[in-house]
Amino acid sequence: MLVEILFYSFATIVVLAGVGVIVARNPVHAALSLVLCFMTSAVLWMLIEAEFLAIVLVLVYVGAVMVLFLFVVMMLDINIEEMRRGFRRYVLPGAVITAILVAEIVGVIVQRRLGLDTTRGAVPLPPGYSNATDLGIALFTRYAYAIEIAAMLLLVAIIAAISLTMRRRRGLKVQDIAAQVGVRASDRLRVVKMDAEPKQ
Amino acid sequence: MITLGQMLTVSAILFALSVAGIFINRRNVLLLLMCIELMLLAANYNFVAFSRYLGNIDGQIFVFFILTVAAAESAIGLAILVVLFRERRSINVEDLNTLRG
Repeated sequence: MLVEILFYSFATIVVLAGVGVIVARNPVHAALSLVLCFMTSAVLWMLIEAEFLAIVLVLVYVGAVMVLFLFVVMMLDINIEEMRRGFRRYVLPGAVITAILVAEIVGVIVQRRLGLDTTRGAVPLPPGYSNATDLGIALFTRYAYAIEIAAMLLLVAIIAAISLTMRRRRGLKVQDIAAQVGVRASDRLRVVKMDAEPKQ
Repeated sequence: MITLGQMLTVSAILFALSVAGIFINRRNVLLLLMCIELMLLAANYNFVAFSRYLGNIDGQIFVFFILTVAAAESAIGLAILVVLFRERRSINVEDLNTLRG
């Protein structure tokens, strides 16, 4: 009973936070609503006993991605009013599309049942079960190559982000360390051999 | 007891909300990126729910990879956004007409 109460209250918060993301006037408020959405999603995942991913969601999404988002939002000065123009015009079609999508997906879940029993609970876990251990074993045995590809993907993302935002300004006076270190004496100094001349 | 249907319904509502968000915030690139994040979260809900209700850990592994891809995507997306703002002084989608798309 307690689990249901927790589920429904947090599911309500998730949905309200989702609405907050899409209708917020200020992008900072939208980003903070998204943070709330991720935090409550982590709680819901914890309720169905996917603990490790719940923690990862908070650490990776809230701790890294959303901070990056907030950083960018505050760095750019956006004309909010200009961005909001035409907002009212799209609210009605947006609401209609939301209603249709929800009706369709819930219809599939409730009516067709996906060939599963959608009304049963999660598979009960044995006592002393560790979600992180189970995930780790799968991740580093069967999915070892996949995780290496994921690591490469992150590396590519780092390089792409840095190379996109790196800026070289024209006319800036800076040292070229490599040129300074690589200089040779023969570039700077010319030794001239010549006969000694008698004193005049 | 939380049933599979309930989890999938929450995911469906989140997904539909993010689709609506893309519709009504179609000028602001930043909000579009946030809506894509929300959409990926809804997809992750499905993976976690099916993983737990079918007793198979592989679904949760996939959430890992989706998180990786989402982090990479948002990092590159925001980098492009910063460069765009530097060039144009605006992040309005309608100003992006150089390619005549």
